[in-house]
Amino acid sequence: MNTRVAAIAVLVAFLAGMVFATFSELRVFLPALLRGALITIEVAALSFLLMTASAFTAGVARLSPWWSVRWIATAYVEVFRGTSLLVQLFWFFFVLPEFGLTLSPMAAGVLGVGFNFGAYGAEIVRGAITAVPRGQWEAAAALNLPVFRRMTRIVLPQALVVVIPPFGNLTIEMVKATSVVSAVTLVDITYASVQQNQLHYRTVEIFVVTLFLYYCFSQLIRFSMGLLEERSKRHLAATR
Amino acid sequence: MNWDWQFTFEVVLPRLLPVVPVTIQATVLSFLLAVVLGLFLMLLRISRFKLIAVPAGELIELIRGTPLLVQLFFLFFLLPEVGITLPPLTTGILGIGIYNAALCAEVYRAGIQAVPAGQWEAAKALNLGAYRTWRDIIIPQSLPPIVPALGNYLIGIFKETPLLSFLAVGELMHASKLIGSEYYRFTEAVTLAGLFFLVMSLVAAVLVRMVETRVSRSILR
Repeated sequence: MNTRVAAIAVLVAFLAGMVFATFSELRVFLPALLRGALITIEVAALSFLLMTASAFTAGVARLSPWWSVRWIATAYVEVFRGTSLLVQLFWFFFVLPEFGLTLSPMAAGVLGVGFNFGAYGAEIVRGAITAVPRGQWEAAAALNLPVFRRMTRIVLPQALVVVIPPFGNLTIEMVKATSVVSAVTLVDITYASVQQNQLHYRTVEIFVVTLFLYYCFSQLIRFSMGLLEERSKRHLAATR
Repeated sequence: MNWDWQFTFEVVLPRLLPVVPVTIQATVLSFLLAVVLGLFLMLLRISRFKLIAVPAGELIELIRGTPLLVQLFFLFFLLPEVGITLPPLTTGILGIGIYNAALCAEVYRAGIQAVPAGQWEAAKALNLGAYRTWRDIIIPQSLPPIVPALGNYLIGIFKETPLLSFLAVGELMHASKLIGSEYYRFTEAVTLAGLFFLVMSLVAAVLVRMVETRVSRSILR
């Protein structure tokens, strides 16, 4: 207990000292970093929506009774998991215009990150749906529920409980991965910190602040996913 | 859309093929660094002394909780400032290696903690020393969950190497970026780079699955 208090005290003192020592410099580069943080948050939020939508669509489609739907979903998952996110971003930004579809940097970034992580999410969703006991499907069929309602009312709510924890980790990975969107000329935190570093040469302070911001984002997601997990379990317990 | 086969064969392929070894070198060296360094991190993490275990755990969390690209930039700009000048490729390998070492450490820890406590107690009851306990009892049993996870990290590292292009390392992505900006034709170079990654990671996934079945068969006899 005492070592813990001492360790925390040392840490707080260290942080306070560092903040104090760099306070004057902080004023110079912090606004640019925070503007970058807004871009990061925007990309991450939009990518999260796209990721969730494509993960559920592809995850359900991989279990479809029609082989053509299954095949398309499998191809999507394999292609997006098999190549690098950076390659995909480049492809969306520089190659799609050749096909006559010019994307803004933000659109290219969101499409790249969202589809890439949606492919990983699809595997999570597929795994969770197959983990729902067979009897639940049969019971729903016996009660004469139509296929769509069987999925939305019986299977998916139960799968959701299994989906949320790995989805939280995936979301954290996704937020970290948004750091590569500078490849398509977006000025996110990472790129802003590189720019500020080239202007001011305060490597340690700038990057410590950047790492700290990302760390806060991941902790925030971990916390909110924990709340969501609690909620989804409560829902399940109430209906049982 | 106009795919130019002549451009592909005369410009893109001759420039992409020579840099393939750089990507593979970066992957293999980072993976080795991650596997070895991860082991040390894990040993620190499970130390009996709180003063070692807690900071090691926090360090792992910090590395895992922040983006690899930022860490790469940090190393890239920090090392010269403290007087260490390394070639960009070495810095990149170091960065990817450290990042994945933190991930590997957690994999090792999970594998070792999955060994039932009774195994430790039985080893102690049989009066086996620490070395024999680890070598003959704990490590063989913890391998089956660890090996496939490490294989997935190998594939993951392979797909992380394009990040090195931010440090101007002459790997595959950097080469295709250069071709793109020289000729203002990105289609062929970027698509070929993507295809290369797709084929390599599909092959690697099959290999990992083969190793996985071998390991679980040879250990769980």
